[in-house]
Amino acid sequence: MTEPQEFTSCFVGDLCFGVEVAQVQEVTYGGTLTRLPLASSRVCGLLNLRGQIVAVTDLRRCLDLGERQPDDVPVHMILQTDEGCVSLLVDRVGDVINVDARDFEMPPATMRGRARELIRGAYKLDDGLLLALDTTRILNDMDQTPGTGGLR
Amino acid sequence: MPHVAAALRSLGSVDPVLREFLVESSENLDQFERDLVGLEKRPDAHDTLDNAFRAIHSIKGATGFLGLSKLGGLAHAGESLLSDLRDGRASVTPAIASDLLQLVDFIRQMLADIERTGSDREVNCSALAARLAARRLSQPDAPVSAPASVPVPVPVPTPSAPRPVLAPSPARPAPATSRSVRVDVAQLDALMNLVGELVLTRNEMVEYSAVQQNSVLLESSQRLNAITTQLQAGIMKTRMQPIENVWSTFPRVVRDIALECGKQVRLELDGQDTELDKTLIEAIKDPLTHVVRNCVDHGIGTPEQRLNAGKPAEGCLSLRAFHEGGQVHIEISDDGRGVDVAAVRRKAVERGLITAEQADALSDQDATALIFLPGFSTAKTVTNISGRGVGMDVVKTNIEKIGGKVSVHSRTGLGMTVRIRIPLTLAIIPALVVTAGGDRFAIPQAGVLELLRLNEGSANGIEMMGDAPMLRLRGTLVPLVRLDAALGIGPRSLAGGLAHHVGDNVIILQADEQAFGLVVDDVIDTQEIVVKPLDRRLRALSTFAGATIMGDGCVSLILDVTGLAVHAHVLAESRRTSGAATASVPAAVEEEPQALLAVIGDHDARMAIPLSQVTRLEEFPSSSIERLGDRDVVQYHGEMLPLVAVSDLVAGSEPRRVAAESGANLTTVVYVAGGVRMGLVVRRVLDTVEHRVADELPGGRRGVRGSAVINGRLTQILDLEALCAGGAARAVPAPFLHDVAV
Repeated sequence: MTEPQEFTSCFVGDLCFGVEVAQVQEVTYGGTLTRLPLASSRVCGLLNLRGQIVAVTDLRRCLDLGERQPDDVPVHMILQTDEGCVSLLVDRVGDVINVDARDFEMPPATMRGRARELIRGAYKLDDGLLLALDTTRILNDMDQTPGTGGLR
Repeated sequence: MPHVAAALRSLGSVDPVLREFLVESSENLDQFERDLVGLEKRPDAHDTLDNAFRAIHSIKGATGFLGLSKLGGLAHAGESLLSDLRDGRASVTPAIASDLLQLVDFIRQMLADIERTGSDREVNCSALAARLAARRLSQPDAPVSAPASVPVPVPVPTPSAPRPVLAPSPARPAPATSRSVRVDVAQLDALMNLVGELVLTRNEMVEYSAVQQNSVLLESSQRLNAITTQLQAGIMKTRMQPIENVWSTFPRVVRDIALECGKQVRLELDGQDTELDKTLIEAIKDPLTHVVRNCVDHGIGTPEQRLNAGKPAEGCLSLRAFHEGGQVHIEISDDGRGVDVAAVRRKAVERGLITAEQADALSDQDATALIFLPGFSTAKTVTNISGRGVGMDVVKTNIEKIGGKVSVHSRTGLGMTVRIRIPLTLAIIPALVVTAGGDRFAIPQAGVLELLRLNEGSANGIEMMGDAPMLRLRGTLVPLVRLDAALGIGPRSLAGGLAHHVGDNVIILQADEQAFGLVVDDVIDTQEIVVKPLDRRLRALSTFAGATIMGDGCVSLILDVTGLAVHAHVLAESRRTSGAATASVPAAVEEEPQALLAVIGDHDARMAIPLSQVTRLEEFPSSSIERLGDRDVVQYHGEMLPLVAVSDLVAGSEPRRVAAESGANLTTVVYVAGGVRMGLVVRRVLDTVEHRVADELPGGRRGVRGSAVINGRLTQILDLEALCAGGAARAVPAPFLHDVAV
């Protein structure tokens, strides 16, 4: 079993997700986003991360959870991928959590909603579930054309 | 520079001392090669000989330490031969030069093997070493004898006497290499990013200090400002390399090909120190080499041919590079026979690229440009140097890939010149910064033709074709695209009448050969911007060429002019992919999509008119219609304009009164066909559409060229010329019209 054992937890709405620690480069707040017209609605813009331009995917939008309250300051989880850095925008970032591979469960067939498509499975924690995000899947959907825009 | 990165990675696994040796040796080898070719031309150039000797000696020197005995032995054989040459015991002959050049190739191969395996044990180099030694022995007796194995068509003057031993000059300046250091490109990129951040911090600082009324702070922030600017310029400069880095291989290339084809070619280089970005240096290497090969192989004739043509036996190939207008210009000229325009025409027709009529209609200049078409080669025989059918089209594609342009200028019998223009750098480009929908966008200056601000007068030049606005610019109709609407960040269409346009900023852009006007909210500035690519997962967004960081730290998108044109339907999709090579010969090679104006006639019938025949769209109040004989006419620019309902025209029926069955205003397409100006009354103008004639079903009736499915509806495509030659226009003959107009 080569399942990663350390996850960074993050929260969107009342869901608790986990991203492998090794994949998270840093966590940052703020910064002005430049919107990216014609891109998938999941991509909420481009961020200047110390001279590097990273695309920002909003996990909230991926899950169709609706927009954040204006007062809520979202958090950029900067992820390292084979194709460069990207930001996954979440409501809040929690801790590094050690999990036991034996606590892993595949998503149940009865699970509904977008979340099912975006996770690899769940880890049973003492106080709830940690949903392991399938980041490759989330990020590969970035250039899905949303069918908007254009003159006609 | 993917292969550079790969090389660095692979070198990373090699012992650092060996690594240093490999890098240095390959540089020494490059220099050795250049010197050899130089020596062949000027056998008595002492300093060149010294340099060559020093280069091979350095290679040999390190081999013992690294245990590369075979390489050492080979280098020693070369060194001994050179030593004889240097001491005047022998002189440089083409045969010796060829052997030494083979030594270069062999050592280069060995270095590659050593890099792979870490040793030179598997190499068998005794044959070459023996040959070099034999050459040495045979020298004193036969200084000019050439072995049969090497063809030597180029007689090289032999020095009259062995020259005296050269005394080493103690005051020789240190070679340039000792004053430079080798830096990983990734390191430079990292520095560049850091400087970018420094610029942003500087900007904040300058802004803050301006409101602080603190003269000390203000002064130091101004100093910071100046230093940062200099630092930025300095870092950018480190990425620049002289074009010599590419050209340095050409003497050898030219020599080898000339020998092989039995030609005499003199290579002239001018402007070797012209600098351009490292990425570009890598990118132009192959295309340039190809052009050079082509010139020697096809352009320059054999000595006999040249003498017959009244030219000196030795051909001249000259390369020139210079900076002009923010671009690097490279010219490659030969004094050969030039492009055989007739042969090019014939070949293009033979290959079915164009028809014979089209070939005749082309100017010589346009016909010459045919050599850029894919799969075109005029060489009568396929040689192993060039002329394999892949040729100039690849050159053109590669140059265009880096934002450059290629053109050919040929004078039959006198030679030809290939001109290449490329941007100085890919990383930093001049751009026009505009706003639309509240966001800033950068447009590469290379695509910008002109800027317009619509005033009362020019706004009237905007005509609506359906909901597609067109701007009349010096007699040509240019489609207009609102940037905010095209990107879906503003109003969805350019509706709202002409008054809406007054004060609008229009940027006329060139996308392939189609010009179009981009309407933006504001034009801010021109800036030098640093291009950063977008995430590869966003590559489907062809409207953007990348992004850049503006002075205030915000990200701005860089528009891809061609991508935008395709997205806004100004350019057909196929146009982008069909390759730019066809662009140089419009309408000749691949069928261009034709622009049609789609209209609705009576009973919701869809019709389309070739846009080229349309002059204007007009609305006439029905009260302005007058009766002239049995025709409806309106006064239009001091003339009588006969009106015909489009449905009647197509049905071939007698023209009825157009006013009776239309509403308050008549939507009229004004066109000229058969020398007569007519007004075609339609129910509604829909849109302009791109359409290929090949997709058409031929039409049965006169005046109907064919029919096709356009936007999901069966549409008849009208041929107004044929219509007028036939029925309707006869009713109002042209002379009669003129009589009325006077």
